[in-house]
Amino acid sequence: MRRVRKFLLGLAGIGLFVLCWQLATWGNGRTDVPGPWLALSGLRDLAREGLLWRYIIASVFRVMWGFALAVLAGVPLGLAIGWSGWVRDLLNPLVQLLRPISPIAWLPIAVLMFGGVRWWEPSDLSAIFLIFLASIFPIITAATSAVEGIDAKYLRVATNFEIGGMAMLFQVILPAALPQILTGLRLALGIAWVVLVAAEMLGVQSGLGFQINDSRNNLRYDLVVAAMIVISIIGICLDSAMARIESSALSRRGTAKR
Amino acid sequence: MSVARPKIEIENLSLDFAADGGSPISVLHEIDLSVSEGEFICIVGPSGCGKSTLLNIACGFLEPTHGQVRIDGVPVERPDRRRVFIFQNTAVFPWLSVEQNIGFGLRSSTADENAATVQRYIEMIGLAGFEKAYPRELSGGMNQRVEIARALASNPDVLFMDEPLGALDYLTRLKMRADLIEIWRQERKTILFVTHDVDESVQLADRIVVMSKRPASVKAVIPVDLPRPRSLDDPEYLRIRDEIFHLMGIDHFGRNEDAPSDSRARPSAE
Ligand SMILES: Nc1ncnc2c1ncn2[C@@H]1O[C@H](COP(=O)(O)OP(=O)(O)O)[C@@H](O)[C@H]1O
Ligand SMILES: [Mg+2]
Repeated sequence: MRRVRKFLLGLAGIGLFVLCWQLATWGNGRTDVPGPWLALSGLRDLAREGLLWRYIIASVFRVMWGFALAVLAGVPLGLAIGWSGWVRDLLNPLVQLLRPISPIAWLPIAVLMFGGVRWWEPSDLSAIFLIFLASIFPIITAATSAVEGIDAKYLRVATNFEIGGMAMLFQVILPAALPQILTGLRLALGIAWVVLVAAEMLGVQSGLGFQINDSRNNLRYDLVVAAMIVISIIGICLDSAMARIESSALSRRGTAKR
Repeated sequence: MSVARPKIEIENLSLDFAADGGSPISVLHEIDLSVSEGEFICIVGPSGCGKSTLLNIACGFLEPTHGQVRIDGVPVERPDRRRVFIFQNTAVFPWLSVEQNIGFGLRSSTADENAATVQRYIEMIGLAGFEKAYPRELSGGMNQRVEIARALASNPDVLFMDEPLGALDYLTRLKMRADLIEIWRQERKTILFVTHDVDESVQLADRIVVMSKRPASVKAVIPVDLPRPRSLDDPEYLRIRDEIFHLMGIDHFGRNEDAPSDSRARPSAE
């Protein structure tokens, strides 16, 4: 009963928005802000063209690479900053300095950095680099505060049994910090996806961000909105995939706090 | 009591916590205590007086400001797996199953040996059948048993127990006390057991250390020469209990003896 009600209410909220959208865009053509019907038919056009699937794959590919690299670098860095006083003193000011810079601001630099690359498509690399920048800071922050938040008694148990070094890291610190790290990863992936579109609006020749830019240049605003809808759906899929990973990793243990 | 050298010697131990800004807070003040091998010591005192702090120093988690703790004649400088701390509210690892938790401190050369030890202690604490369960799936009392088993499995000679039964309901607590005595009989560990429950201390201890309010010092050490299991209405049991209540400044009715009150019934101790 409860779930049905929740579902219907959610549907009503979306329906209300679509209704307002329809009313506000009454009689608009493709070169104006398109209404919901136009957007849907644009979606159909996109799907027919076959390019849509290639663009989705290109976008997801960039996000996965940028995000994966950010996880590989950010989790160890965050753990180190949270664990060791001198690593924190060394790196935390730098992290705080870089964090407020929007990844988009790096775009010109990224193009310069990767422009001469031969072994890969340079524009791909700069998009991946921006995704990396967008997700690494939330990952570092999550890992740092996860380590700082570990209940001291678990660490004491470990030292009591004379466990240290790598065993301490893999048997105590990492599992104790895992729930918070996973929450941070999910958040970071969401940010990465949001930034991706902006990263694809310059330089690259494929992807959903490119689709938006390209359609605008062709004055096909129905396709712009259609691409926006696709972005939303893929974003939801990525988030629920992360949520699945999160809950299966933590399924039996529950939360770290009792 | 015994002629041999004491197992644990706490000597002139003081600890001040640095307070932010102001002068340091004195928590422990010149504590002396010596404990013989295999003795069951209970430490009682008002909450916040420094009982946990004392235990943490004895286990090597904290450094004292003055004085020292010696175990087997050697000053305690760091935690050591030969003496294991058992935490208030349990510190079993929520990410490990019951058997993984109990096996955590084991260092036998073979996996078979470790598994056998784990199984032995799972049976001792009555959790057979729950080997693969996770802490979240167990009750508070069961988790406390797991923690005790984890401590015993690595075969320490001293156990530091910080209000290990404090979070349990009354009946579970009674059962756990009896089991604890049984375990102590079998394994002959030296135990320092902190509690704020006076009854608990009289039921368990060979000697009871009564601590004062903060800064805590040893107010009295009271031997309990009663056979176990101890009857709750034995006159000697009641006398000792009342003596401790009196030392802690509380009368039979739970009233504060220091507070001015005209209908106050002083216990006829001394
Ligand atoms: N890390 C700390 N820094 C400052 N004060 C502390 C710290 N830990 C404990 N205290 C203080 O020391 C006193 C004794 O604490 P504790 O040993 O936990 O008491 P008990 O276990 O007897 O209830 C308390 O008043 C507490 O506020
Ligand atoms: Mg305490």
